[in-house]
Amino acid sequence: MVEKTVQDINQKIKDGSVHVVTAEQMTDIVDELGPEDAAREVDVVTTGTFGAMCSSGAFLNFGHSDPPIKMQRVWLNDVEAYGGIAAVDAYIGATQISESRGMEYGGGHVIEDLVARKSVHIRAVADGTDCYPRKNIETEITIDDLNQAIMLNPRNAYQRYNVATNSSDRTLYTYMDTLLPNYGNATYSGAGVLSPLYNDPDFETIGTGSKIFLCGAPGYIIGEGTQHEPQNDLATIMVTGNLKEMNREFLRGAAFHGYGATLYVGLGIPIPVLNENIAKKTGISDADIITNVLDYSSPRRLRPTLRKVSYEELKSGMIELDGKEVRTSPLSSFFMARKVASTLKHWIEQGNFMLSQPMEKLPTDTLFGPMKQTKETPLVKDVMSRKMITIRQGKSVEDAAKLIMKGQSTHLPVTSEDDRLIGIITAWDISKAVAQGKYDKLDRTMTRRVITATLDEPIDVTARKLEKHNISALPVIDKDGKVIGMITSDDISRLIAKRNGCSFQAPLEEKR
Amino acid sequence: MKIFLRFAPEINQEPHISEVILETGAKLNINRASVDAVSGEVVVDVPDEKLNEVIKLFRSRGVEVSILEHPVILDEDECINCGACISVCYVRALSFKDDWSIALDEKRCNQCGACITACPHGALEFS
Repeated sequence: MVEKTVQDINQKIKDGSVHVVTAEQMTDIVDELGPEDAAREVDVVTTGTFGAMCSSGAFLNFGHSDPPIKMQRVWLNDVEAYGGIAAVDAYIGATQISESRGMEYGGGHVIEDLVARKSVHIRAVADGTDCYPRKNIETEITIDDLNQAIMLNPRNAYQRYNVATNSSDRTLYTYMDTLLPNYGNATYSGAGVLSPLYNDPDFETIGTGSKIFLCGAPGYIIGEGTQHEPQNDLATIMVTGNLKEMNREFLRGAAFHGYGATLYVGLGIPIPVLNENIAKKTGISDADIITNVLDYSSPRRLRPTLRKVSYEELKSGMIELDGKEVRTSPLSSFFMARKVASTLKHWIEQGNFMLSQPMEKLPTDTLFGPMKQTKETPLVKDVMSRKMITIRQGKSVEDAAKLIMKGQSTHLPVTSEDDRLIGIITAWDISKAVAQGKYDKLDRTMTRRVITATLDEPIDVTARKLEKHNISALPVIDKDGKVIGMITSDDISRLIAKRNGCSFQAPLEEKR
Repeated sequence: MKIFLRFAPEINQEPHISEVILETGAKLNINRASVDAVSGEVVVDVPDEKLNEVIKLFRSRGVEVSILEHPVILDEDECINCGACISVCYVRALSFKDDWSIALDEKRCNQCGACITACPHGALEFS
């Protein structure tokens, strides 16, 4: 039986006799010696992760200007920070995007620029009060001009994360980065064997008040993170640290194409090996950590799970999906995760970092619930028109033009003999064919890759499809691919007008 | 070796690439092309043994030619070694080294640009 206390280990740190290994090294040690001898040999296991953690940001205090201003709305390099707190405090969130540069620059980049000690442009506006008369201000600052710059991240260090792939026939741009069509690739996140929370899954040593490595500086765990769901191995932590002491190497602003900005956070937790039970848990390997592969082509809250996969398989660079070999990409950096774990190891060995006893245990029984929605989401079947005209394949463009004129619809789904959708032809397609003098068979003029809607699809999803593809109508198909209706942007506009309580048909008369 | 061709508006109506292929017998592989009403920019992969001959012929036809030594550039200071670029690269020009840092094999790159879009930290760009 091995029993140690945090105080025993801190004493060893002080006298320089502490034995620290990274969680990756510990896997081999436990494998070789067994948990009991490993617990006798090793005092501290260091973990590390370096990934995109959207739920991150920093509280900043600017000090008072003369005359003073209550900064109600404040922008740093054109990225808005939350100003609804005391006069000269603001919270800059990692995912807020720049009002002038859009998705490519956001709060994460502002935080990186501050840490890199670059000059940042500040702009703020206010209503003006007796105590804070000033209405606007513009200035240039660096992090050293701020009274405080305190990182506070509501949700960091996910214990593991889902793998993303895409079964649809179109490329998707998501917070899991580019997902190529037809299972063209799969992306994952998390450090696997080095994952801080996977090395102490029952929170025997990690809790509120634990001292950690945060972006190159010491930091602390405040408590459970938002969406903390230990029941499904999806635990998270809320953390804080002094931004002024952080190192840009372990903190990077980033942007995912088509999604937006975020912040890469380097985070490591030291785990005191108090007994053989803890040694055993820190001996976990990539093969033991299992996660789900989800199909991100579904725009719904619950995405279909395609299979389970281990981090060992993910790290091999290839997983099998639907009988197909699919290449994998991590979004978090294992290279940097190792650097976090080894830097923390070094700090402890040098006597520069003492371990802390947590003040309170993190909850182990919470689940992550869905949003309570009090208004029903309308579905396609509530809005679509079931009266529609279709045209059979093999007909001519002229036939289509006549049908369009007769039916007052600008979109004609083209169907096969068994009513399945095989294409679509629009008034615009016909105009183009006529203008080019090439109009005989429908097959040559119609669009074959048709964007479609399904009956149970929420109209917000349909509206996004119309907007993304710059089109005005979609055929609605059933599970066999048969056309059962049409939904148009007009149908959706009418519904929104009704929802907002005004009549769409009768515009308000202008009052003078 | 890859070369970058720029076609000025005044010579844009001629089938330069086809004629260079026919005349030299070089199997040119077009990697990337952007052509509009007034001008064109094309990246072509040329077999090494035909390189000088092909360049000379393009130049004699008034096409601006430059050799593309680095089809895509990886800025190591900006790279965070995440690996987001790897699975979108179909020609496998990007991979992990043994220490999990990123390796770029320029010879394989066909300038599709997928890695540039996928990189979250702007570490990759065309030269």
